[in-house]
Amino acid sequence: MKRAVLLLATLLAGAAHAAPIAITNATVMTGAGATLDHATIVVDGGRIRSVGSGAAPPGATIIDAGGKTVTPGLVVGMSDLGIDEIGGVREANDTEARKSPFSASLDVVPALNGRDGGIAVARAGGVTRAVVGPSASRDIFAGQGALIALRDGPDVLVRGRAFQFVELGENGAEAAGGSRTASFALFRNALDEAQRFAARKGRGGGGDDGAHENIYQRADTVALVAVVNGTQPLVVHVERASDILSVLALKADFPKLHLILFGAREGWTVADRIAAAHVPVITSAIDDLPDAFETLASTKSNVGRLVAAGVLVGIGTSGGESTNQPRNVTQFVGNLVAQGRMPGGVGVTRDQALSLITRNPAEIFGMTDTGTIAPGQRADLVMWDGDPFELTSAPVAVMIDGVSQPITSRQTQLRDRYLRLQHDTLPLAYRP
Amino acid sequence: MRRLIPLALLAVAACATTPPVKTASGKPSTPAEIVSIPADPFPSTYRAYPGVTTVIRGATVYDGAGHKFAPGMVRLENGKVAEIGENVAVPAGATVIDAGGKFVTPGIIDIHSHLGDYPSPQVQAVSDGNEATRPNTADVWAEHSIWPQDAGFTRALAGGVTTFHILPGSANLFGGRGVTVKNVLGRTAQDMKFPGAKPSLKMACGENPKRVYGSKGQSPATRMGNIAVDRQVWSDAVVYKRKWDDYTKKAKAGTAKPTDAPRRELANDTLMGVLNGDILVQNHCYRADEMANVIAMSKEFGYHVSAFHHAVESYKIADLLKAENICSAMWADWWGFKLESYDGIRENIAFVHNAGACAIVHSDDANGIQRLNQEAAKAMAAGRRAGIVVPPEVVWTWLSLNPAKGLGIDKATGSLEPGKMADVVLWNGDPLSVYSRPERVWIDGALMYDAADPERRPKTDFELGQPGAGDVK
Repeated sequence: MKRAVLLLATLLAGAAHAAPIAITNATVMTGAGATLDHATIVVDGGRIRSVGSGAAPPGATIIDAGGKTVTPGLVVGMSDLGIDEIGGVREANDTEARKSPFSASLDVVPALNGRDGGIAVARAGGVTRAVVGPSASRDIFAGQGALIALRDGPDVLVRGRAFQFVELGENGAEAAGGSRTASFALFRNALDEAQRFAARKGRGGGGDDGAHENIYQRADTVALVAVVNGTQPLVVHVERASDILSVLALKADFPKLHLILFGAREGWTVADRIAAAHVPVITSAIDDLPDAFETLASTKSNVGRLVAAGVLVGIGTSGGESTNQPRNVTQFVGNLVAQGRMPGGVGVTRDQALSLITRNPAEIFGMTDTGTIAPGQRADLVMWDGDPFELTSAPVAVMIDGVSQPITSRQTQLRDRYLRLQHDTLPLAYRP
Repeated sequence: MRRLIPLALLAVAACATTPPVKTASGKPSTPAEIVSIPADPFPSTYRAYPGVTTVIRGATVYDGAGHKFAPGMVRLENGKVAEIGENVAVPAGATVIDAGGKFVTPGIIDIHSHLGDYPSPQVQAVSDGNEATRPNTADVWAEHSIWPQDAGFTRALAGGVTTFHILPGSANLFGGRGVTVKNVLGRTAQDMKFPGAKPSLKMACGENPKRVYGSKGQSPATRMGNIAVDRQVWSDAVVYKRKWDDYTKKAKAGTAKPTDAPRRELANDTLMGVLNGDILVQNHCYRADEMANVIAMSKEFGYHVSAFHHAVESYKIADLLKAENICSAMWADWWGFKLESYDGIRENIAFVHNAGACAIVHSDDANGIQRLNQEAAKAMAAGRRAGIVVPPEVVWTWLSLNPAKGLGIDKATGSLEPGKMADVVLWNGDPLSVYSRPERVWIDGALMYDAADPERRPKTDFELGQPGAGDVK
């Protein structure tokens, strides 16, 4: 088994340009709802050419998975990967711009750091793609997020300006002036300004209107044009059921809005309404405390009930340390499987659990060639040493776009350095 | 105080009791002549709820002290663990639970919680965990902030937590007293207090105190400031103790009047309790080098650190911690949220255990406390990958017996040894699997949680009438 892994790591370097690779004898969880035993995955040119019981093509490099489970690379539906090396160190944290005059126009792309230590740690946990969102501070709009691939090296950007992020729950109320009346008024006004700007520009007026009193900076208004005309998704953080309904109601006045709900901890209480509106949800899976007045109905059954109602759900990370580590999304969804085994609890199946952290978030953010093991899909693959959701399991190989990736980090180096504490002839600092 | 634990545990503060004593002349003096500091002014009013004699059979049993019986049996009787082994007596009339394929463990003990002090919902009105007004607030007691209606207690119970220690926050060098509670909801905090458990003194190293006070233009603003303020406080506490010892000696000899008694200083009461061994030090400290400074300081002033908490870098000095007999309370994998947690590794717990030091999995978190078994499993697996194989039944010591040691309650609970409190969890599967959850939880032999019985799933007052109240969380 170990040899197969080494072989995989060795042979796949630069595989995107090499001969096809056939991973044989794999237990393939496709991310699209199926598990295939003794399957072969053929990778060619960074894409999956085939998956199934077929034989390896002639000339392919063969990797025997030895029955190990292979899943799509994990896709985390919200994170601060690449913009938050250390949360508590101002200089190493670009998640929010508390003193900036700008809001909606803020863009995480120039802040992205492919060498952020969190990326290597997440990749070692099987995360291959992530949604990166800024955090709001002085305004309801946090700015524009990006999609990244957790490949080794500085170049992680897949797509910038992938969405706008807005706070319309308790955080938004605070930022807007102390009440939800203010946050919704501010939001509507911002979109009105963007609409007027776009209309004037459409009439050849250049978009500027010196006479009217804009609240938002010109750059913010420009950024919001894509939101109001629906070409850029709008991720809306709300938790309370009434807030969710208020957000869904915005479609009446702004019909082109491409809404994605973030949080939605009380979503299960209005799951049918969310499903009927065809609005997807990114949430954090296992929160079950009434830790805010907007989350009184929290339960680990939220995701299961949303899924059962037909809502497209993906898992993202947020909140405190116990729920915000991207590498732990397998644990989170494993807990949702466990929830389904509790009397009265509603959970998900193992296949559904995998979709929550692969296909679904990819689909929600328009990465339609990512997140499943199927012909034509990007060859983002993870081979596990056990059940991918189990606490004792870990990836033994990670591939992004057909290229093998390192699964080491500062943490593995610290581990190796301190495995033995005995002083040798030199201090520990001389160890690798 | 109810006799739920051996008498030895109930023996508290020598300085703080007022037994009749013999004077030098041999004539008994009356207690009224000696002023003393009350040992327990906010006594526990906890009472165990009724239980029935219960035998669990067919399960895999981890006793929490490192042993496994597979399959094994456990009998709970009169609130205690009566018998454990491959075969135990089944008295007539006992409730017998066939638990084939399931697991039995001692209840989880979380040595680091802020439930009740930072309750849900997290609003300013009930945010009572940090008296961040002075670097030394050894005078405050976390139990006086506990809101008994925190829904977090119920979620922790559903996660198999039967005992936990509620600490003040870490804004201050001396945060105040912590309290050990049983996870049985009461109308008051005193209703939850673990009978006979010693209080703790919460101390903090590192970034938090220096940030909180430095930003106010006040000392400490640096790590050297942290230690300097710490040492002055301890030095003053030594003087305080000297005064009380001197007064008490004279009073016992009949040469001091009650009016000679020193003025009580509440912060120094706590610090003197530490110096007298009646209060345990629980020390928030991430970095290895700072732990070493604290150890040296503790020797200078004559106290012992019971456990370092959030000890992200314990793996760097696991040998020292072993030598000093200090526990490390750790997360499985939290890291990087501040610079002093930047070197967190998943092997930390296993490395500490492997060095022979006392390893504890702790939460510091209302979410994390619900899944401490899962955190232990991650730590176990990381250790195994690094070549350190710790069997599951030994891993469970990180969750029960070791935290009990760190809290000084290991004679009463923390393992399924006969005579100990019947604090027991029946899991619906392997408790180190992500797919498993507690099915039933007993505390002092009383069934306090049953996943299948809504009447055995508590709801706090706050939750009543709220959406989702009574839901399976």
